Amino acid sequence: MLKIQNLHVSIEDNEILKGLDLEVKPGEVHAIMGPNGSGKSTLAQVLAGRDEYEVTEGSIDFQGEDLLEMDPEIRACEGIFLAFQYPVEIPGVSNTYFLKAALNAVRKHRGENELDAVDFLRLVRERMKMVEMDETLLNRPVNEGFSGGEKKRNEIFHMSVLEPKLAVLDETDSGLDIDALRIVANGVNSLRAEDRGFLVITHYQRLLDYIVPDFVHVLVDGRIVRSGGKELAHELEDKGYGWLEAELASEATSAAPVGA
Amino acid sequence: MPSTATETIEQLASREYQAGFETLVEQDTLPPGLDEDVVRAISAKKNEPEWMLEWRLAAFRHWQTLTEPTWAKVEYEPIDYQAISYYAAPKKKGDGPKSLDEVDPEILRTYEKLGIPLHEQKMLAGVAVDAVFDSVSVATTFQSKLAEAGVIFCPFSEAVQKHPELVKKYLGSVVPPKDNFFAALNSAVFSDGSFVYIPKGVRCPMELSTYFRINAKNTGQFERTLIVAEEGSHVSYLEGCTAPMRDENQLHAAVVELVAAEDATIKYSTVQNWYPGDPETGKGGIYNFVTKRGLCAGDRSKISWTQVETGSAITWKYPSVILRGNDTIGEFYSVAVTNGRQQADTGTKMIHVGNNTKSTIISKGISAGRGQNTYRGQVEMLKGAHNARNYSQCDSMLIGEDCGAHTFPYIDVQNPSAQMEHEASTSKIGEDQIFYCNSRGLDEETAVSLIVNGFCKEVFRELPMEFAVEAQKLLEVSLEGSVG
Ligand SMILES: Nc1ncnc2c1ncn2[C@@H]1O[C@H](COP(=O)(O)OP(=O)(O)OP(=O)(O)O)[C@@H](O)[C@H]1O
Ligand SMILES: [Mg+2]
Repeated sequence: MLKIQNLHVSIEDNEILKGLDLEVKPGEVHAIMGPNGSGKSTLAQVLAGRDEYEVTEGSIDFQGEDLLEMDPEIRACEGIFLAFQYPVEIPGVSNTYFLKAALNAVRKHRGENELDAVDFLRLVRERMKMVEMDETLLNRPVNEGFSGGEKKRNEIFHMSVLEPKLAVLDETDSGLDIDALRIVANGVNSLRAEDRGFLVITHYQRLLDYIVPDFVHVLVDGRIVRSGGKELAHELEDKGYGWLEAELASEATSAAPVGA
Repeated sequence: MPSTATETIEQLASREYQAGFETLVEQDTLPPGLDEDVVRAISAKKNEPEWMLEWRLAAFRHWQTLTEPTWAKVEYEPIDYQAISYYAAPKKKGDGPKSLDEVDPEILRTYEKLGIPLHEQKMLAGVAVDAVFDSVSVATTFQSKLAEAGVIFCPFSEAVQKHPELVKKYLGSVVPPKDNFFAALNSAVFSDGSFVYIPKGVRCPMELSTYFRINAKNTGQFERTLIVAEEGSHVSYLEGCTAPMRDENQLHAAVVELVAAEDATIKYSTVQNWYPGDPETGKGGIYNFVTKRGLCAGDRSKISWTQVETGSAITWKYPSVILRGNDTIGEFYSVAVTNGRQQADTGTKMIHVGNNTKSTIISKGISAGRGQNTYRGQVEMLKGAHNARNYSQCDSMLIGEDCGAHTFPYIDVQNPSAQMEHEASTSKIGEDQIFYCNSRGLDEETAVSLIVNGFCKEVFRELPMEFAVEAQKLLEVSLEGSVG
């Protein structure tokens, strides 16, 4: 459903992503790990359509269409969802009101009827249970004054209501306590489906004990340098990125004579 | 650029000022120009008693000694007061409408188009309406039901005839004719407006509202509103305003006076949507120069102003409260939007005279396009005002790069027991906020309107329920095309 080829992305003339390739098929969960500043959030934001980032080369195909041609709200309507690393506060706008507007925008795009208040509340109640979210957060302004963990949980709640095709979770586990981590993971797991893909960005293999990925990719300096199964996450947890970088360096030197 | 962006722009371009149509009715109009004869002519058209004429003439003579003030942070070409017509009225059959059946159907249609049906059975339940078309009041609904409760709600000109003792007692008691340039002008030439009297102990059984419509060309509108709430009474009043789109500027200089006796409450809400002028060239639009003031005369009385100002080329107004009684409360909740070439200099004055007086000021200024938005407020705590308290919060939001927001709070405290709290903020509408909304499927227009509505929440929730929705829609329309 998602095919990224040779993606190069710059911000203010700094190249952040330097030729990234990635393919996600329906039903798959891909984890992306990598050191701070390696470009993980950049990838997430580019997928969602943030226009500060300039795509200088490469392509992104989403369900057979050119994703880069779509405005961000169209991407969302087409089924891309980004759970923000830093969710944004919208003072004075209640979480329910916001979500209802969002859901109806998405439904309208899909040619479905708008949900009336009753049906909407039924859906919201059900999904809230799923992520064990406190009902008071519904009537509070979007993310305003939410604790770090509450914000993250709210992102998963939004996702569960909007039912995207491809969910990109940018460090949704950071800042969660043990219980919240399990709840968020359960929420994600219950949304796993044959026609839904996940891109889970995380620093901790702990999350991947709960959300077991089909693939793990390591992003270093704007490129995916290693891909593997879930055991790759364990290896990283044990040895750190230093191990990988060293190994890459030695691969490069041992490869050099061959090319020379 | 994805094709959706161009589509949005096209949609926006086609959705312009929606109240900008003109109604073709036969007009009874005075020729442009202003002198004592014009004042006499207006008074004669209204069949006014001698005292009323004298009151006008005194105001006019004083006005002639004044020069137009220039301290507001607004810019406009000098107004030629001799080029304005000071009276325009739809031609009436006989003595003017006694009932809705006698109102010109064209005018009724105008109000229907504006979403204000004047047929009582079609009205919003529980709202009585007075409709002022150019210089005269054309219809007041629900009069009989109000009369049962002892409430007087009628055109100002009718009040002069039927309740002269009340008008004499209160007219000019809060805003004296000599108060300022525009108040003096209004006192000389005002043509109509609404009069409200709530007797002792009565809770007005419905919302009262007046819709002002400027229709005729080259006319000024100078209406006068007077609301008197006797001991222990309660009233909520709303005014709405629209005008056709015209290339010339039109002057609107109204005066509103409120008097609240002991334990009385007056809630006054305004949704102002006068034609703002051409967003590109700045041509045309209403000059909205208004004096509004309330007097908390009796102990424990309360006056609350709520305004949503989205229209007018220039807005210049400071709804104020004089807190004369002890334990009185004054409130000011304001949303002012300037887009295109609009300019607004607005705020409030809270004058604390009595003990334990309390005032609250919440001002939300939104500037977009090349709009300029100024908050100007004064809080005065006089020597004798023990334990006076004020809370002020002035927030500005900027949309785009070419607009401006300015804040001028003046504070004068003469009693050491006073407590003041002032908060101010200026924010740019955040790219990250808009993107967050986008990422949930909301387009840019919706995102901006959502964010701005959230920003104005504290003010909107002060509006009567029926009008809060209207105000939100108005805000959306007036901010269209402000981003992207
Ligand atoms: N607006 C910007 N201007 C300049 N540099 C930027 C900007 N945004 C991101 N960068 C740089 O791009 C690089 C990649 O940032 P990104 O946020 O994608 O990293 P990340 O992998 O998500 O890191 P972390 O694990 O810390 O979240 C960083 O070096 C960052 O400083
Ligand atoms: Mg990041």
